[in-house]
Parts: sequence; structure tokens; C-alpha cells
Amino acid sequence: MSLENELANTAPERIEANNITKSFTTERGKVLALDNVSVKVGEGEFLCLVGPSGCGKSTLLNLIAGLDQPDSGQILANGENITGPGRNRMVMFQEHALFPWLDVMGNVLFGLRLKPGLNSKERREVAKYYLHLVGLEKFERANIHELSGGMKQRVALARALAPNPRVLLMDEPFAALDALTREHLYGDIQRIWEARRKTIIFVTHNVREAACLGDRVLLFSPNPGRIRAEFRIELPRPRDINSVELARYSTEITTALKGFTAGQGQEASE
Amino acid sequence: MIHRISTLAFFLFLITSWEAASRSGLWSPVLLPSPLNVLEYMWQATWDGTLWTATLVTMQRLLLGYGIGLLFGVPLGLLTSRFRILQDTLGLLALGIQTLPSVCWVPLALLWFGQTEAAMLFVVVMGTLWSVLIATSDGVRSMPPIYLRSARTMGSKGLHTWFNVILPASLPYLIGGMKQGWAFAWRSLMAAEIFVTILTGFGLGQLLQYGRELLAMDQVVAVMVIIVAIGLLADRILFSPWERFFHKRWGTGSMN
Repeated sequence: MSLENELANTAPERIEANNITKSFTTERGKVLALDNVSVKVGEGEFLCLVGPSGCGKSTLLNLIAGLDQPDSGQILANGENITGPGRNRMVMFQEHALFPWLDVMGNVLFGLRLKPGLNSKERREVAKYYLHLVGLEKFERANIHELSGGMKQRVALARALAPNPRVLLMDEPFAALDALTREHLYGDIQRIWEARRKTIIFVTHNVREAACLGDRVLLFSPNPGRIRAEFRIELPRPRDINSVELARYSTEITTALKGFTAGQGQEASE
Repeated sequence: MIHRISTLAFFLFLITSWEAASRSGLWSPVLLPSPLNVLEYMWQATWDGTLWTATLVTMQRLLLGYGIGLLFGVPLGLLTSRFRILQDTLGLLALGIQTLPSVCWVPLALLWFGQTEAAMLFVVVMGTLWSVLIATSDGVRSMPPIYLRSARTMGSKGLHTWFNVILPASLPYLIGGMKQGWAFAWRSLMAAEIFVTILTGFGLGQLLQYGRELLAMDQVVAVMVIIVAIGLLADRILFSPWERFFHKRWGTGSMN
């Protein structure tokens, strides 16, 4: 495999989850995290999953990642059953999950080293390409603890992108960051999504964030976890989180969210 | 530089007060030898080779016992951390035995092995093994599970995960455990050398014990000083560089 091949865009993948049910046993009893949930995500689509905590959106993401298995139902990636984690579906977690014993370069190389077909020089080239893409090319020798929260998430993004997955699964990746840093990252993630053409599934509890990033927003409700509504965001890109049109969408979604969480006393959006 | 000066001043003060106390004549020189006497003994015992031989014998025993303790303690600790059944059995046993001061093993060791090197080795291994095992196991278990999940999504599994995630993630704890093991081995060996008199080698602990029997307090104190010096030196050479590296990489602890 040559470097050009490696850096070329892979075809984004189609994800299909059919009638997924998943429950957990906690101290307070059995919790139905997902109750007969079906989702279709198109090739190269940016899908946002929104809902209050405990609505099963992160559970669904973990199932798609292959980190967990559903109790029933099946999940397909391009028509094939997902049986475990795979290089075609990379995950970005809320906590950056970077490895503190490696420097920035070492972290980005971690997934690349497990990918066959490249020599070490090429791997470094690939890693540099992605560090450049997230704007951190000057920090390859930095230790993780020396970076700000936003920079850590950028490294995590570069690490997830480096093995050139077809699908990017993002689990509230910006939730722990301050507003200004987040705004920067909204721009970056849209730019990178356009440049790298991935299928992205993005979990968040921030309605505005979902409206800003998603082609489509799915609204989840908890106890049991179900999909309650679907919104198509018909706005040109790149989108500005502060634009009036976007606010209109986010109001619409928030109203719907309040509608079905009214009786449950749940804190729904930011 | 300030640190060096304050360290030096502190120890100078300590030694001067000691010298002054011994010169005051309040205590018999048998009970309180002067630092000069101690130094004199050290000088003479270094030249006639007594100290060298004793230190060498002790270090050999220490390294062998400590090495065996690590050799079994680290892998057993790793296994204990990953398998619930071992945690409930071996882990509990280790926790119990660890509370036992290693000198308590001496009577048993003497009965089993007699006045031999094996008895001494046994005591040192017992002193090291369990604390290393527990430190290793605790270290691995305190690793955030998200590291494992993250590694799995990138295609890491089996041995790759062990060597590239679990082991490096718990290294700071491992070094902590090894350091503690070293301190325990050192204490165990001194206890063993004081209680197990054997002819195959004459270590620092035995030198200390003979000093007591001969009422040669200068010898006793000199050996104590050497034991402290070796302990400090080992810490500086074996562990400090690692700890500094971890502090820098992980961003833990203070930098000075």
C-alpha cells in the first residue's frame, strides 16, 4: 500500500441498525437502554444523536463501535454484521482517552502501527498529515498533559482519523470544553468532514451543537431508550453555531425534547 | 543550589550537635560514640576490607532475593489484577501476608533451611514478593478502563494490549511497587542477617550484631550509616530517574 493510497479518501460506510434492544443490570434494577431501535445512516452522512442522559444514545454508539453486543437485533456496516471493534469505525470519546505514556506523535501512531501495509517512515508521514489537518503539527513531541483540553481533543481526532476509517463515532467529544474552544472545533470538524468524507455519528446532549453539525438529528427519550423524532437540517455549510437560522432549528428540536421529557424532570439541553 | 546548601547545613548541624553531645561527657562513650570515632572505625574497616566484604555479601543477597521477588511478584500481580478468581484468592493471601513483618519468617526459615543462605534468601523473598504483587495488581486495576476501550477500537488485543497499554499505563505504580519492594527487601535482609548467623558470608547485619556483642558502638553506628547510605544511593540510582521521567510525561507530582 503506498502513501497516496493510504491518504486517499476511503469510501464512507453505510451503517444500519435493525430492531436493537439492549438492557443493563444496575443496582437499581434492570434498565432498558435501547428498546427496539432502528437507525439507518447513509454513506458520508453526518448524523447527530441527541437526548437527555440515560436515553441510550451512547449505548447505541458503543454497539456500532463493536465495543458491546446488543441483546437482540443486528447492526450492519455496508451490509455486513458488526461482531467487534474494527479499524473502519474509529471512536472519539468524551474524555480524550489519549495515552499519557506516549507523546502526541506516539498517540497518533498507535492505531497506525496496528494497521498493516505501511513502513515506519510512511506511518510518520500519515501521522504528520493528520496532525497538520487538526492544526497541531508543531506539537508532535509534546506530552499529553501539556496540552489544553481543546488540543487534546484535536489529538484524539487526529488519532481517530489516522487509520483512515470509513466511519467516525464521536461520543460527546466536546462536552468538557469551554464554549469558545467548542466553536473553533465546530468549524474544524465540518472542514475535516468535507475534506475526508467520513460517515460521522455524533452523540451529544447539546441541541444547538447537533443542529450545527448534523445533516440529520435523531431525538432520543429515556426509560426505555427510544427514538422519538427526526429532524433534517437543511442549511448550507459551513454553518455558524450563532446564526439565526440555526437557532430556529434548535428551538424546534428543544421544544420537541421538552414535550416528551416534561413529566420526567430531566434536564434536557444546555 | 539553595537546596544543596540547606541540605548540607542541616547535616552539618546534626553532626556537630552529635559531636558536642558526646564531648559533653554526659553519656559514656560506650553508649554514645563520637562521629569522629565512627569515622575512624569506617576508615580502618574500609582499609582492612571488612566493610567491603560485608557490603558485597549483603548486596549479593539483597539483589538475588529482590530479583526473585520481582520475578514472581510482577507477573503474579499482573495476573491477579486481571482475573477475579486470583484476586479473591492469591490477592487476599498477599494482602494478609504483607502485613506480617518479614522478621516473623525467621523462625520458620531456620527450622526449614537451618543456618544457611537459603534461609536468608527465603526471608528476603517473603519480604519482597507480596508487596510487589499487591502494588502491581493495584496499579493495573487503577488504570482507567477507557484506555482499554480506546485501544480495542484501534485494533489492539491480547499480548499487544498487555505490552502497549496495560503495562505502560501501570508503570508508575509498578515503579512505586518496586521501590516499596526494595525497601522491604532491605529491611528483611537486615533482620535475617541479625538473626541468622552463618559462616558462608558475613554481611552488614552480622557486622552490626557483632558490634553489639562487643559493645563496639562505633562499629554499630558506622554500619547503620552505611545501610542508610546504600538505601539513599539505590533510590537515587534505581528509582529517581524513572520517577522523574514519569512526572515529566504524565505531568504528575511537582517538577523540582
